[in-house]
Amino acid sequence: MSSKATRRHLLAGLGAGAALASPLRRLAAGERLKAGWVYVGPIGDHGWTYRHDVGRREVEAALGERVETTYVEKVAEGPDAERVLRQLAASGHAIIFATSFGFMNSVIRVAKQFPQVKFEHATGYKTAPNVAVYNARFHEGRTVIGTIAGHMTKSGIVGYVASFPIPEVVMGINAFMLAMRRVRPDAVAKVVWVNSWYDPGKEADAAKALIDQGADIITQHTDSAAPLQVAEERGAWAFGQASDMSRFAPRAHLTAIIDNWGPYYIQRVQAVLDGSWKSHAIWWGLREGMVKIGPYNPRLPEEVREAAERVRQGIIDGSIHPFAGPIRDQQGRLRVPEGKALADEEILRMDWYVEGVQT
Amino acid sequence: MDPLTAVLASIIAAATPLLLAAAGELVVERSGVLNLGVEGMMLTGAIAAFATATTSGNPHLGILAAALAGALLALLFGLLTLTLLANQVASGLALTIFGVGLSSLLGAGFVGVPGERLPRLDIPGLSAWPLVGPVLFRHDILVYLGLLLPPGLALFLRRTRAGRILRACGENADAAHALGHPVIRVRYLALLFGGATSGLAGAFLSLSYTPLWIEEMTAGRGWIALALVVFASWSPWRLLLGAWLFGGVTILELHAQGLGLVAVPAQVLSMLPYLATIAVLLVIARSGRLRAPACLGRPFHPPV
Repeated sequence: MSSKATRRHLLAGLGAGAALASPLRRLAAGERLKAGWVYVGPIGDHGWTYRHDVGRREVEAALGERVETTYVEKVAEGPDAERVLRQLAASGHAIIFATSFGFMNSVIRVAKQFPQVKFEHATGYKTAPNVAVYNARFHEGRTVIGTIAGHMTKSGIVGYVASFPIPEVVMGINAFMLAMRRVRPDAVAKVVWVNSWYDPGKEADAAKALIDQGADIITQHTDSAAPLQVAEERGAWAFGQASDMSRFAPRAHLTAIIDNWGPYYIQRVQAVLDGSWKSHAIWWGLREGMVKIGPYNPRLPEEVREAAERVRQGIIDGSIHPFAGPIRDQQGRLRVPEGKALADEEILRMDWYVEGVQT
Repeated sequence: MDPLTAVLASIIAAATPLLLAAAGELVVERSGVLNLGVEGMMLTGAIAAFATATTSGNPHLGILAAALAGALLALLFGLLTLTLLANQVASGLALTIFGVGLSSLLGAGFVGVPGERLPRLDIPGLSAWPLVGPVLFRHDILVYLGLLLPPGLALFLRRTRAGRILRACGENADAAHALGHPVIRVRYLALLFGGATSGLAGAFLSLSYTPLWIEEMTAGRGWIALALVVFASWSPWRLLLGAWLFGGVTILELHAQGLGLVAVPAQVLSMLPYLATIAVLLVIARSGRLRAPACLGRPFHPPV
């Protein structure tokens, strides 16, 4: 009895806050494991952060009796992020998900100070024994919708409402264009940069401008459903971004790329509960279900749906690679020869565009 | 619609939220009050409009709700600055922050809910005119309101007694008070008007431009409206020009990107509307016509 008390007191003495709040101590009966999420934007962006929060709620639904979740939204990258991460770690959270690239250095620093807490960093590249990174192969989704676009376009012009020219967006544009050109070799993509992740007004303006310039398909890498609404009004086709947006454009919405974080989150929280959590760096896509293709619009012709499904299945079983050669860049240079495909590191560093992209 | 007509029509629409908010702020500033809370009032108006329109099914009720919400926030600002004599700049900024947060809170349940666009009202006869017809006369009611405000305000400020009294309160509040005009009451009314139009500007965004609700969907338009009032040197007609200039350059830069015309990076193109506004402002300033109302921002305490 007394030796147990001494050990407990010793442990408690080791580093005030961290030890006291150590998630490794046995959870008392009825006490729940705390899992935290740090969001860079508001859940109300109906895009990136919104989908992460959907994932968090799925964790609550699946593991609610054993896990309680916390979230902090609108955390600016930088000192604020570090403060929030530290606060969550010190208040007994066993696992913390940091859902933006810019949190990377803050995560690494705080993780050093709280070795017992597990950190998961989305879209980053630095790991540690207690820091895992996770990312999703959205460009696989772009390959599928690019295929659909190739079939559905009449004018051969797709309007791309893009946010910032970072690798993630660039690889999406390229994957889309490559897939579209396999069906429609003369297709072009007009890209308009709105320099924001979400600004519904500007996104709508961009979509209008693109349609005025002959695009009959609109796709986007911005968060709001505004481009879809414009497409619906103007009689163009469009694709949903991050979630199924068909209720905003029942006629125009062909399908959507859906960010599906829930199953991954459930798996990782479960791993902490089981004690089997290990650091890793994963980049999952259609096969693992982290990226999903939404329900197809009933107006999609049967053969187009079949073509899309073939591509989707092909990516899942590995027979189709989104960046398989031959690939030429905008200047016509052969970047990837026939028979080869771009490796992951090359995809992540993409700063050039494929033939047909106008930007 | 041919491309030119389509572009011009979208410029008119893009300028509308700026016009509505800036016109109201112009009246407020001409009365001597500096209300920096435009962005907050716009957002609150946007969510009030969206929430009312989607729950009641009537978008016009939404318009009313937006005007009311904006006016209420402006009333709060008035209490702080006109009655309690708080610093106007600080109170205005606080109002913006408050409006942003309040709208986010109220809007939480409306994210992901599609809205219904305001019905388009083609003006019979006029909308059939070539070019001018589709550009000016095939919009919804809020666009028309935005187009009517500058001439209406020009008339009001120059040719009506009430307008002149308002200007007097902004130029020399002590003298206006000495003449027996109710300075504080005039400023309150100006604030209510400014709040209502800012709310309507927000309503236009969430009911017509992009019928949905997303946090902070005004994306800084309130601040641009404030700048446009200065750009217009507090004159309603120049406000119209400024709104069209800013809206025009914004739309054109998107078109330029799509056409691949300019080999300039997109980020530089994004700067163009602001650069254009600053450039024209410099020209106006050099001509010496930039004059703020003399009592702008100064709290008024009736001499006992």
